[in-house]
Amino acid sequence: MSSYHLDHLQHLETEAIHIMREVAGEFERPALLFSGGKDSICLLRLAEKAFRPSDLPMPLLNVDTGHHFPELNEFRDRRAQELGGKLIVRTVEEAIAKGIAQPAPGEISRNRLQIPTLLAAIEEFRFDCCIGGARRDEEKARAKERFFSFRDSFGQWDPKNQRPEIWNLYNGRLNQGENMRVFPISNWTEMDVWEYIQREQLEVPSIYFSHKRQCVRRGGQWLPVNALVPPKANEDVRELVVRVRTIGDIISTGCVESPATTTTDIIAEIAAARVTERGSRADDKSSEAAMEDRKKAGYF
Amino acid sequence: MSLTALSTTTPVPVDILRFNTCGSVDDGKSTLIGRLLYDSKSLMEDQIEALERSADITGGGQINLANLTDGLRAEREQGITIDVAYRYFATPRRKFIIADTPGHVQYTRNMVTGASSANLSIVLVDARLGVIEQSRRHTAIAALLRIPHLVVAVNKMDLVGWSEARFQEIRAQFEEFLPRLDIKDVKFIPMSALNGDNVVDASVHTPWYGGPTLLNHLETVHIASDWNLNGFRLPVQWVNRPNNPTDQTLHDFRGFSGQIAGGIVRTGQKIIAFPAGIVTTVKQIWTYDGPVQEAFCPQSVTLVLEHDIDISRGSMLVGLDHLPGSTTELQAEVCWMHARALQPGKKYFLKHTTQTVQVVVTEIVNKLNLDTLEAEPAPAELGVNDIGEIRLRAAKPLVFDGYAINRLTGSFILIEQGTNATVAAGMLRPPREIVKPENGDYVI
Repeated sequence: MSSYHLDHLQHLETEAIHIMREVAGEFERPALLFSGGKDSICLLRLAEKAFRPSDLPMPLLNVDTGHHFPELNEFRDRRAQELGGKLIVRTVEEAIAKGIAQPAPGEISRNRLQIPTLLAAIEEFRFDCCIGGARRDEEKARAKERFFSFRDSFGQWDPKNQRPEIWNLYNGRLNQGENMRVFPISNWTEMDVWEYIQREQLEVPSIYFSHKRQCVRRGGQWLPVNALVPPKANEDVRELVVRVRTIGDIISTGCVESPATTTTDIIAEIAAARVTERGSRADDKSSEAAMEDRKKAGYF
Repeated sequence: MSLTALSTTTPVPVDILRFNTCGSVDDGKSTLIGRLLYDSKSLMEDQIEALERSADITGGGQINLANLTDGLRAEREQGITIDVAYRYFATPRRKFIIADTPGHVQYTRNMVTGASSANLSIVLVDARLGVIEQSRRHTAIAALLRIPHLVVAVNKMDLVGWSEARFQEIRAQFEEFLPRLDIKDVKFIPMSALNGDNVVDASVHTPWYGGPTLLNHLETVHIASDWNLNGFRLPVQWVNRPNNPTDQTLHDFRGFSGQIAGGIVRTGQKIIAFPAGIVTTVKQIWTYDGPVQEAFCPQSVTLVLEHDIDISRGSMLVGLDHLPGSTTELQAEVCWMHARALQPGKKYFLKHTTQTVQVVVTEIVNKLNLDTLEAEPAPAELGVNDIGEIRLRAAKPLVFDGYAINRLTGSFILIEQGTNATVAAGMLRPPREIVKPENGDYVI
């Protein structure tokens, strides 16, 4: 094999850096969506690789549902500060108070309410592009997503009318009010993300690793007991050794029983896993087209 | 511990093969991908459960592997694939990125999208029908895009009684028109995607076939030389100038960031900066992980140069050997992707590497007849899914190579002004002449 050879992670990395720099070159007011989750942690490292020694040419943006794991928000704030990045947080709580987001009667989940909150933040800061850490291997509707995903002035995705993407030539041209969502790690799998975290020795929030937690069995998964998920009368609260595989809201993120305490353990666990990452997300199970519908409305 | 887990602790280089599948409706593309994922144990329990659930509801109990890739509601309702879907799987030898591209005649643009970055294309043929217009069209597009490797998957062999004669007949049909196309590596594989014969596991029904299974071929096909390592090209994406750096040594830092689109660059090497046409020297190859002595295509780097030259996004840094062309008069093959036809005289934006310029289409030279693979001269227009040769005049000179030499510096897209729709994929003809130094000397 020639020495001019890139392995799979180096290939994915150079593809993602190229996309990051296209964003910096083609848009006036981009933002990078940073939640503190593992995918956006990779995005941040890729942004450093794309733009150092300069400062990151875009602020970090997070929509806080108010139902985040506290460990995640602590990590998000600390990491942004370490990087010297500007972090903008907009909350669903605030959006509800301002009447931007309206919960349906009895609606507890903040999943749907994130959408108007995000769209309002885009409008407030006049962002013309948001970089996100979505991956095509996560979900069927995401498998159809472009790197540069065009959104009309309502923030909507039209899957039947996407711009063709040819070679590495991305069309970032927009008219007033339209914007772009850009996904540099579209081609990464869950395994690639963890292998990259290991290679780059990236810190991740503690909840990705094995810890003790009170859980209840609900809908075929272990949900963490907390103020928003109180145990029901007939439910058995168990203290389990668990970790989270994907982080959503605290009310819908299932924990998996796991002894994995290091990145190496997690990689071995994923290699042997028999269910997908999103198998532990209740928000995707509500219907076959749950993700497609949310994306059409402006979700990531 | 599994093999995959081991390979991450001992860094065995695993590479990536990108391939796309094409065929017409009901050739079994989605089924083939489903079969590859299923038999290579790349499917997870919840995905299989979801398949079984939809089988119980709509499939009369029969698992439909196509449901794995057809992700949008309209697709499941109509039983078709609308758009390019990307799938991922890995074996211990390789990682794979699949672009599943639909075969409907009106969706050729999606095939071009899915195939443009592929190392390999799989063209599916229904053994009962043999070569049809779609097979020819897809093969011609793969050839046009210069995809290095082609697999002709002769599917549904079970429905022709696993007849070797039928397989050879279809092979002969292909070989009749293949010489008119420039494809170097073609492999024919008889299979049944529905039953899994010769997809991952060798079939007991084809004792007369001595070749590899599809997966076997995908794992071993040689792709290391698919990138161009001759002729250094770096299209500048972004100028890297730190504002008020705390590190004093960075005060005068001025780097040019981009992804190498061809060749190799070394520190101390002389390069030409276009459009200025000025020769300078590479002082440093800066990366986040520290400076390196050399870098190659397709790595992303930041170059620091010896001289202060006017360089910005859209500039091209070029090595002194294997020089490119630089002109405003261009000739190219295009695949038209929009319902509004191309008409001579109309202005578009053209994006080439990191530069977007205005162009006017001066002439439609010919249109490719996909049945005969003959070029028909002087058509009035190019409509959606048409492929033809055009001449263009650009408002600024492009620094480019012929597409056959370099896929990255020889390709462009056309964007309609106003709607911003991407309307065409273009492949440049080689430049008539290459750049020459003024007065035999361009050193500053």
